[in-house]
Amino acid sequence: MDQVVLRHVTKRFTTKTLGDIVAVDDFNLEVHEGECFSFLGPSGCGKSTTLRMVAGFEDLSEGEIELCGKLVSSKEKNLYIPPEERGLGMVFQSFAVWPHMNVFENVAFPLRIQKVNKTEIEQRVKAAMKHTSLTGLENVYPSDLSGGQQQRIALARAIVTQPKVMLLDEPLSNLDPKLRETMRFEIKELQREFGFTIIFVTHDQSEAMAISDRMMVCDMGKIMQIDTPENLYNKPNSRFVHSFLGESTFLNVEIADGKVYAKGDMENPLALDIPKDADKQMVVATRPNSIDLLGADQEGYPTHIAKRIFLTDRTEYIVPVGEQNLKIQTPHRIAFAEGEACRVRLASPMWYPAEDEAAEKERQRRQLV
Amino acid sequence: MSRFGSKNKDLAAVDGRRVNVDGVLTAVSVVLLLIVVVIPVVSIIYNSFFYQGHFDPQLFIGQLTDPSNLSAMWNTIKIAFWVTLLGTILGTFYAWLLGRSDIPAKGLMRALFNIPYMFPPFLGAMAWDLLLNGRSGYLNKLLMSVFNLSKAPVNINTLGGIIFVELSYYFPFVFMQVVSALERMDPTLEECARIAGAKQMTVIRKITLPLVVPAISAGALLIMTTSLAHFGVPSILGFSQGIFTLPTKIYAVISRTGGSFEGIRQGAALSIMLVVVVAVALVIQKKILSSGSYDIIKGKSMRPTLIKLRGAKIPLLVLCIATLVLIVIVPLVMIFLVSLVKAYGLPLVPENFTFNNYIKVFKSDGTLGSIKNSIILSVGAGIICMFLGTLIAYVVQKIKPKGKEMLEILSVLPYSLPGTVLAIGVILAWSGAIFGISLYNTLWIILIAYIARYLSFSMKSSSAALLQVHPSLEEAARTCGASHMESLKDVTLPLIRPAMVSGFFLIFLPAMREVTTSVLLYGPYTRTLGVQIYSLRDAGMIPQAAALGSIAIIIIIVCNTIVTEVTKDRKGV
Amino acid sequence: MAKVSFKDVSFKYGANQILKNFSLDIESGEILCLVGPSGCGKTTLVRCLLGLNKPETGEIYVGDNCIFSAGRRINQPVERRNIGIVFQDYAVWPHLTVSENVGYPLKKKRIGKAEIAQRVADTLAMVNMTEYANHLPSQLSGGQQQRVAIARALVTNSDIIVMDEPITNLDAKLREQMLEEIREIQRKSGTTVLYITHDQQSALQLCDRMAVMEPDGTLCQMGTDEDIILRPANRFTFEFIGVSNFIPVEVQDGKLTLKPAGGGTIPWADGVLPEENKGAQELEVGVRPNDIVFDPASPIKVTVTRSVFLGSEYDYFIQLGDQELRVQQNTLDAARQGVVKEGTEVGVRFLNYRFYSPKKEVSA
Repeated sequence: MDQVVLRHVTKRFTTKTLGDIVAVDDFNLEVHEGECFSFLGPSGCGKSTTLRMVAGFEDLSEGEIELCGKLVSSKEKNLYIPPEERGLGMVFQSFAVWPHMNVFENVAFPLRIQKVNKTEIEQRVKAAMKHTSLTGLENVYPSDLSGGQQQRIALARAIVTQPKVMLLDEPLSNLDPKLRETMRFEIKELQREFGFTIIFVTHDQSEAMAISDRMMVCDMGKIMQIDTPENLYNKPNSRFVHSFLGESTFLNVEIADGKVYAKGDMENPLALDIPKDADKQMVVATRPNSIDLLGADQEGYPTHIAKRIFLTDRTEYIVPVGEQNLKIQTPHRIAFAEGEACRVRLASPMWYPAEDEAAEKERQRRQLV
Repeated sequence: MSRFGSKNKDLAAVDGRRVNVDGVLTAVSVVLLLIVVVIPVVSIIYNSFFYQGHFDPQLFIGQLTDPSNLSAMWNTIKIAFWVTLLGTILGTFYAWLLGRSDIPAKGLMRALFNIPYMFPPFLGAMAWDLLLNGRSGYLNKLLMSVFNLSKAPVNINTLGGIIFVELSYYFPFVFMQVVSALERMDPTLEECARIAGAKQMTVIRKITLPLVVPAISAGALLIMTTSLAHFGVPSILGFSQGIFTLPTKIYAVISRTGGSFEGIRQGAALSIMLVVVVAVALVIQKKILSSGSYDIIKGKSMRPTLIKLRGAKIPLLVLCIATLVLIVIVPLVMIFLVSLVKAYGLPLVPENFTFNNYIKVFKSDGTLGSIKNSIILSVGAGIICMFLGTLIAYVVQKIKPKGKEMLEILSVLPYSLPGTVLAIGVILAWSGAIFGISLYNTLWIILIAYIARYLSFSMKSSSAALLQVHPSLEEAARTCGASHMESLKDVTLPLIRPAMVSGFFLIFLPAMREVTTSVLLYGPYTRTLGVQIYSLRDAGMIPQAAALGSIAIIIIIVCNTIVTEVTKDRKGV
Repeated sequence: MAKVSFKDVSFKYGANQILKNFSLDIESGEILCLVGPSGCGKTTLVRCLLGLNKPETGEIYVGDNCIFSAGRRINQPVERRNIGIVFQDYAVWPHLTVSENVGYPLKKKRIGKAEIAQRVADTLAMVNMTEYANHLPSQLSGGQQQRVAIARALVTNSDIIVMDEPITNLDAKLREQMLEEIREIQRKSGTTVLYITHDQQSALQLCDRMAVMEPDGTLCQMGTDEDIILRPANRFTFEFIGVSNFIPVEVQDGKLTLKPAGGGTIPWADGVLPEENKGAQELEVGVRPNDIVFDPASPIKVTVTRSVFLGSEYDYFIQLGDQELRVQQNTLDAARQGVVKEGTEVGVRFLNYRFYSPKKEVSA
């Protein structure tokens, strides 16, 4: 069953500097029950606005939103159910734990509002705190706790009512990298336990890929692609999605006599299969770790190591291909010296039409908002 | 911070062989604090309990059991209690209205609510006395003739009247604190409660209000201490009816005895009573509101969801405007109109208007002299405090000698002492008791009192700025070839200059309108602007007093505009 | 530019011995990156060099000039040491314009106005800040402020420039760019640079040579980036530079047995013990996550407990006996060999491993 459904959801804003902006442009999507679904995109892409519309903090300019089979926002029917009646759980980037209540009271708050009886509150809060490893901290005030513990309080508070849908608005961005990883696992663990549906908003692509079952990549108020992390990473449908997920190198190539040549070198072809609908000028997109770096005696495009940079857990090589440079990353054990001759082979790259500048410019304009 | 401090100490240690700049600065600030703060405070205590070198509690006990003193003490407490209670409710209500509802014209209203904060309350008391005096108030007379009453319907010369006027000038303390707390509060704290299922009103009750409690109690504390020590309003509204508070009683005792030593000793004993009342009140307040300070300033800067007032919008707007008219416009207009009237008591109609009062005021030596004195005193105190405060702040924040807490307490102490008490201390200390130095009846004695009273303002301002000056800025200068003194001169001082300037104005403005201490310290040639208005009114020259009051208001407005302009584009930290 | 030497420098902070008989030579005209975990004494060393801290023992030389000697009671004051410094928080003076900031050290040297103007202009050109000469720092971005700080350190032709975590406050993209610029500026000016950081990555990218400090303040390895990465001298360097797994190994009659922490005994038939470790009985093998590869044919069997897709690679937690190990599999390899599902048992091989003697628990 679909737990969250957005139909033609649109949000328009008027800003002082840029005039009218369509922050969210005709979003259509379904989030399935028990799924972890991410909204991913650069700032200003509309992901947070969409989440706030689902939560009920923003109204819609057009379209409708359905939660657990029930219509909660609809422009057409002039329907708006306030946040407190939507039965959601939500965790914010700023933790938003109430500093004037101790941990127990923070977690118990939603139950007190629901007028649950005392013994049951006691029981359910204890359980929620156990699941978030907060046991023993009942009487502590949030200001005495670390960022990670505060975020655990926010999580406990969100799960204590056992909502069907959990909204997470960049919940890990304020934590340090190590803790971020641990918390990511903990969130997944809680989901496994309680079976709620997650909508996870983030601008961090690696975090989104690690946590999501499916995700939506959006940009400038438009949905770019919705798919599983693997498919988005391996088969991005646009240059934007390719460059937004992971590191990318875009090689300008020319097709002549059924062979593919990198710009600036019309002698040594790149051994690539040409897609059917290819133009004469194309862009081949590849990633630093999707390239085979081979010895000079093997088969591949002949070149040399222009630069070697040691990273902590791998080695990075810069290798010229025609007039452009290719970035390759390998484990330390594959060692070449600077200047050494080598061959490269691109493994299953993506093909995109040659450069589209206009889209890039618009994005930069939007980021100034 | 302690880390920075210790690094700084290392720096000094490395410097050890040459002249110890830090040591000299510390010594200078200790000596100055001794003169300005320690000696007057010790003098009060000594003179209340010792007479001609012997321990003599007689005087103190006598004063404490005098029924008229006890009733003054009761009045002081009653007034402070009601002003604090009502001021807190009023301030919080209006702050919420402006901070969280969709009431229109917020910016303008916020500016207007700050006006009472700028004006001297005793001018307000004068205005209300003119309007609602039990015998001759203009409004009372009007109401009596319109409704054909035999008695004045409202009498401002009562405890209630004093409470009302103080309230209208002091509730902005809470208002300002709470508005800024609401502005800084992370809106997700409230949104989270909505998600948890709480309705709008529940959110206000359970989340918003508890979170601003620290701000409310800080404002309430300010109202309470100010009201307990306040002199202007009760003296103007209460004297004629024999309603005394401790500060006015002290003044009465001293002026009745014509400034004799015996009178001053009685005043000193009463001062101790006042200080005890203030201290007890502080303790009680702390007990009632034992609240921590919450960190509510974080998260994305999002605008909070404003609560739609719907039908209540217009009535509440009218209420706001009415409040503003009552507390801001009415007194101002009244003072101005009376300043134009030919003689006090004549109806306020254009035929009776003249500018003669202003001319008279400017022709009289006393007035011109008082303006001159006030300017000299305010500028003098401002400049001296600016440097002294910065010096102490530097010692406390950067040098951190042993006992730095003591220095800090000493420089803040006079601010929590009622002005009246401080004045008595200064009189006792500097009218010949020490090395035979007598400064009585000179501007110097007032200057010392002003410096003691306002020192903490500039110290706090400079302290905050110094905390922002990271030690690496000074260290960078050292590695660029500057000596310790040069790095102070080239880097630290210029960086805190804006804070020093705003510290100056923080002192200059209240000093210009000061009455409480000056009224006890002035001599024949050392009247200040506030004292002059006060005595003109006392002498029954009410239109002239109003004229001088109007001039004072204009001076304050002009200075305030300059301050905002100066502090607007401040450079540095 | 000059050679800088620390000789047996010791420094105590209260009862805390931060540096003990620390010696280090920085060659003239090189970028030496001093890396170590936070709290290991890097910054203390810098402050000793600058004259902001006074060591208890030892000597510090800049070229032939002895700027500090405990024995000979030499302690040149900060302002006369002629050392440029770039702080983490930039420490540009907010009340002075860019050119006033850069000109300040020259002004303190009582240099003529015309010459100051000329040298400031030259230095600003070197850091590409010419067009901002009259800006105030508040009008500049973090990266630009840091360039001003670098220019201020360069302008007096200091013997050495010390950079204390200069890029930590900048965002990731700008950090990369600043590293390249620092390299470029150093090439143009030829100054000796001592670069202090806790971030191994930026040190690897920038350095001519690298010095790794242990948490207790001792110097544990000194060498080029290649030395540090391919020939880590000891377990600390290996562990500090990247993510690592350590598995206890037992040696008997030249045969290796893996003894995973927590329990288990697994013969390691194809493990090769290098010459220098022969004779040891108990060792630990260190291996990086991307040097553990899946090989169904291998007799060393593990269970995959967690598999996370990170884009460029799959991140696995595997169970070897009772010990949890981290494995990374390149996405390209994953596409070719297939992704290993959580819960499956699979064989692994270790590549590129090195042996260390077991960690002494007591010292930790």
